[in-house]
Amino acid sequence: MFLEINPLVLPDIGLVFWNTVAFVGLLVVLGKFAWKPMLKAISDREQGIEDSLAKADKMKADITAMQNENEALLAKAREERATLIKEAKEASEKMIADAKDKAKSEYERIVADAQVAITQQKNAALTEVKNQVGSLVVDVAEKVLRRELSNKAEQETYIKQLADGVKLN
Amino acid sequence: MALRPIKSILALCLSLFILLQPTNILASEPAAATAEHANKEEGSFNVTETILEHIKDDHSWHLWGHTSIALPVILYTPQGFDVFSSEKLVDEHHEPVVYKGKFDYKLVEGKTKIVNAAGEVDVAASKKLWDFSITKNVASLFISVIILLLVILTAAGAYKKTGVTSAPKGLQSFMEPIVLFVRDEIALPNIGAKRYAKYMPFLLTIFFLILTNNFLGLIPLFPGGANVSGNIAFTMTLAVCVFIVVNLSSNKNYWEHIFWMPGMHWSMKLFLAPIELIGVFNKPISLMIRLFANITAGHILVLSLVCLIFIFKTVYAAAIAVPFVIFIFLIELLVAFLQAYIFTMLTAMYIGMASEEAHHDHHPAGEGADKELAHH
Repeated sequence: MFLEINPLVLPDIGLVFWNTVAFVGLLVVLGKFAWKPMLKAISDREQGIEDSLAKADKMKADITAMQNENEALLAKAREERATLIKEAKEASEKMIADAKDKAKSEYERIVADAQVAITQQKNAALTEVKNQVGSLVVDVAEKVLRRELSNKAEQETYIKQLADGVKLN
Repeated sequence: MALRPIKSILALCLSLFILLQPTNILASEPAAATAEHANKEEGSFNVTETILEHIKDDHSWHLWGHTSIALPVILYTPQGFDVFSSEKLVDEHHEPVVYKGKFDYKLVEGKTKIVNAAGEVDVAASKKLWDFSITKNVASLFISVIILLLVILTAAGAYKKTGVTSAPKGLQSFMEPIVLFVRDEIALPNIGAKRYAKYMPFLLTIFFLILTNNFLGLIPLFPGGANVSGNIAFTMTLAVCVFIVVNLSSNKNYWEHIFWMPGMHWSMKLFLAPIELIGVFNKPISLMIRLFANITAGHILVLSLVCLIFIFKTVYAAAIAVPFVIFIFLIELLVAFLQAYIFTMLTAMYIGMASEEAHHDHHPAGEGADKELAHH
């Protein structure tokens, strides 16, 4: 038989037996005390890394969300400030405008009052002037009438004199 | 000036080597016939015998010169166990002698046989003799088992000590990439993510046992030197274990593909069934022969190159032989890893094929497993 010819391809029962013992023993011992804990530790570590990465991602997302929230709050605050400023500005402008209006109307009223007073005083002065002119005219007329009666020439001189004497104040 | 003689010697050696090649082949027939005779002559050198002596198993472990370790001989005979030291089987000149235990034992071509009173081999009685001796290969195997237990249990213990979260250190960081390699490159793609975990201890043990014995076989000095992974008994045992595991993990789908290939004409089914059935046995046998042949061939190659020095009977032959030996040794280092990888990979592939679940369209196992992986 071929197997008998070449001693290299003829398996020895001794080595087969001891090898089976060694292999099965190794498989049982290493399987229980080495490979299982080792593979478990490796997969635990991988799981841990995966979890940590997921956690980091979640934290990152949380931080981004927080930042977004902050930004939104800030934007809102900014907007509010702008509105407030705008409102204040409007209010002050209104106040100024009101004040201006009021001042204007007051000024107008004062001017109108003054005009009324001026008109009244002017009228009063005119009336007085008229009265004085009237009385002067009456006086002059009386004196003229008296002189006319006596002398014609003199009369005219006199009228002229009177007329010169009449100076409207 | 000094280079010149060396150059000429190199040229001479090379031309001699080339010239001797055909004559060696031609001379091999008569050389084998006269081998026994030649061996008796003082100072003669038989290459085949020397190489075979290094490759074969032995009852004692030769260290150097005339020093060797005697190993226990354990024999199971029809009259029970017989245990004695292997040095009782040889005399002071390392020639086999008869040892009288329950029977008369004598080493014939390295094997223990029962001899009769006249010193001739009793073939009928020898057939009933079971040799469970701790031979050189068994002892080397035990050394590799001890190394594996020490290294791997230490590495595994480190996880308990330092916890899971810290980075691996020392032995642990040496072991972990290899374990991850077996898991990610061998088990996961071939068996699939669903079932791979169950087979990891088996695959890892096979991988490390082959790897350690391959490396130990490459060490020429004491703890190594035995040719365990290049021994057919070793590879056969592993192949039988693979055969058992593959068939235990097989499912209905696997056997259906063997005996009644779906999607084929009935005549093709009848034709394919015996071929597929041969394949069931062929796969582990190919594993057995591949590992045995690769490792043995590597050892023979290295030894042949070293033997060149003794064939030419000049130390200058070392100028050619030693660089070649170093080159082959480096290749053997690669082969040691490669064969462990291939054996484990094919084992994983066979397990994957046997336990693959039915698909609607028929993929090869690897592709199916890959797809499965891609889904996860």
